[in-house]
Amino acid sequence: MSMSKVLRIENLRVAVAGKEILRGVDLTVKQGEVHALMGPNGSGKSTLSYALMGHPNYEVTGGKATIDGVDVLELEPNERAKAGLFLAFQYPTSIPGVTVANFLRHAVSNVRNPDRKEGEELIPMRDFRKEIRAEMDELGMDQQFARRYLNEGFSGGEKKRAEILQLAVLRPAFAILDETDSGLDIDAVRIVSEGVNRVAAKHSTGILVITHYERILTYIKPQFVHILYGGQFVEHGGPELVQRLEAEGYDWVRAKHPEAARHEDELEAADTRAQGASA
Amino acid sequence: MATDLNQQVAGIKEDYKFGFHDSDANYAFKSGRGLSKAVVEEISEIKNEPTWMREFRLKALDTFQKKPTPRWGGDLSTLDYDQIRYFMRATDRQGRSWDDVPAEIKNTFDKIGIPQAERKFLAGVGAQYDSEVVYHSLREDLAKKGVIFCDTDTALREHPDLVREYIGTIIPIADNKFAALNSAVWSGGSFVYVPAGVSVDVPLQAYFRINAESMGQFERTLIILEEGAHAHYVEGCTAPTYSSESLHSAVVEVIVKKGARFRYTTIQNWANNVYNLVTKRAVAHEDAIMEWVDGNLGSKLTMKYPAVHMVGKGARGEILSIAFAAAGQHQDTGGKVVHAAPHTSSRIISKSISKNGGRSSFRGLLKVTDGAKDARSNVVCDALILDPASRSDTYPYIEIDEDDVKIGHEASVSKIGEEQLFYLMSRGLSEVEASALIVGGFIEPLVKELPMEYAVEMNKLIQLQMEGSVG
Repeated sequence: MSMSKVLRIENLRVAVAGKEILRGVDLTVKQGEVHALMGPNGSGKSTLSYALMGHPNYEVTGGKATIDGVDVLELEPNERAKAGLFLAFQYPTSIPGVTVANFLRHAVSNVRNPDRKEGEELIPMRDFRKEIRAEMDELGMDQQFARRYLNEGFSGGEKKRAEILQLAVLRPAFAILDETDSGLDIDAVRIVSEGVNRVAAKHSTGILVITHYERILTYIKPQFVHILYGGQFVEHGGPELVQRLEAEGYDWVRAKHPEAARHEDELEAADTRAQGASA
Repeated sequence: MATDLNQQVAGIKEDYKFGFHDSDANYAFKSGRGLSKAVVEEISEIKNEPTWMREFRLKALDTFQKKPTPRWGGDLSTLDYDQIRYFMRATDRQGRSWDDVPAEIKNTFDKIGIPQAERKFLAGVGAQYDSEVVYHSLREDLAKKGVIFCDTDTALREHPDLVREYIGTIIPIADNKFAALNSAVWSGGSFVYVPAGVSVDVPLQAYFRINAESMGQFERTLIILEEGAHAHYVEGCTAPTYSSESLHSAVVEVIVKKGARFRYTTIQNWANNVYNLVTKRAVAHEDAIMEWVDGNLGSKLTMKYPAVHMVGKGARGEILSIAFAAAGQHQDTGGKVVHAAPHTSSRIISKSISKNGGRSSFRGLLKVTDGAKDARSNVVCDALILDPASRSDTYPYIEIDEDDVKIGHEASVSKIGEEQLFYLMSRGLSEVEASALIVGGFIEPLVKELPMEYAVEMNKLIQLQMEGSVG
């Protein structure tokens, strides 16, 4: 990695189905830094990750997010990937009939050659095969894995490992890990975390870990911790914030930030209504 | 195989790839437009056919004229039988080696890549250029074993008894209007005969092509596998683009005798003004296995439902069908299986893709006759719709006259999911590339059944269809 990049989120506002979820958030992540983003369900954590990656259902209503001055919010999702952004999905989608290897070869060909035109050559098969074999070894994955259809019939642990495999070969400047620890047992959390740490050390990746739990943060150690509550960052600090949340929950956050608490309750109520409607 | 669509299609233009055409001024013989007794007699005369075949044709003409045009399936109202040329011959000689083939015709085949394909691992190449096969070869050792692979006109001259014994027995003249039409004016097509116990371990291949404008192509294919024989026949079809409409109406009859195994693979990519109305049917005897692999791209309207009639106990029929309907196209395809003996089993798997207002219909028949105990059948049809303007329908017909059966039927219709597109795009793939990958994955289970060079061709064609289709 030559020059160190900076991801700068400024006053970002995001709405979903007309309802404002993020109400102006600011965050700066430099390459090589590890940030943790914590908050209760419905606080807007996943909204932030989807909006940054460009999911069509997440409408940016204000603010910007730049990488080295370029506002990535103006770009299509594939252009954001080429600009150095990566999202490890909480629920990766399955693509039947498309092998992990074939998919990754397309992904790598685009991300490593941002000027590649549609239909132009993919990276050479031989080099690519060698590379993903090595990465799969590092992640303790069976070589057969490359031939399976992407996320099709994968266990929870396999899906998360596949996300980290993608992270490893795409070598982004910034990676958002959206509840990568959810649904994993303790060994799987360790293996996945070690994978993230190895990639981050090698490529000086800026990491934003989104999580409910302390557990993953004992492996991926954050220098910066942020609490998202009611669609806003209400607390910034270091690892001691993780300890306090683990010990005391969010009651003190509510007490200290009554306006954010009101928004949080609204979001939660809307969330409950939405679930009721879909059930 | 599906690994790098993009690499394979680098350099292919968005236009219909095979839309080049040769001048037809040098044709050795061209019939006038329209159909009459005189035209049919002339065809038979030129081919110097035996009387029984001339009578077969004339009887078929009579049947064709009496039968109404079908009103089900696709729209045939704009098909004008009087505008079609029913017979045309590009050369008076039939070449045995590539060097004997006239330069202009060779040029066409070079663009499709036939000789290259042959040089690889093909047992024989029969290339049909308009009505008559101009080039033919078959690996010598197969000929020594008694395998016959030639065009059907040659078969009629050299093996008249075999042709007479089987032609029209699987698909009678009166089966349907287009089978009658084909029986009246047929020309060319492949004849395959595999003697008892002989295995042909490499695919037999034919390539069909309509060249002249308003040219009907009515090939007649007859395939006989004697007891315990094995073979795989592969054909690809490509037609240049013309403004007026062409009709392709083939008849394919297959007899798979006791313990024999046969697979028939077709990839059709007709130009968008071709009516492709084909009757394909196989009879599978005791413990025989018949498989149809049927890929349909292009054409204005395709109506084609390969059928397997299982008439001996333990017979098996399998139909794999892929259809791609783009703008202005209707693919009305599927398959028919008839269980007429005990312990027979069948499977129909159909995958269709519709985009830019294209329409694909799955039409399937599953029939189990009284007494066909322990018949088992599974029908799966999956449709993928790429945009709101496109359409997909399913018409399953099921007739079961036996209680002791196991039947499964599944149908699914899906749209390319927003979540799938977003996921792939978040990894750097453009929307078009992501869609092509999803479509490629959708048909992958069928494509992997194809011989290698056909799988590559299929992927190329799909990729070609996908380009510029989204966004």
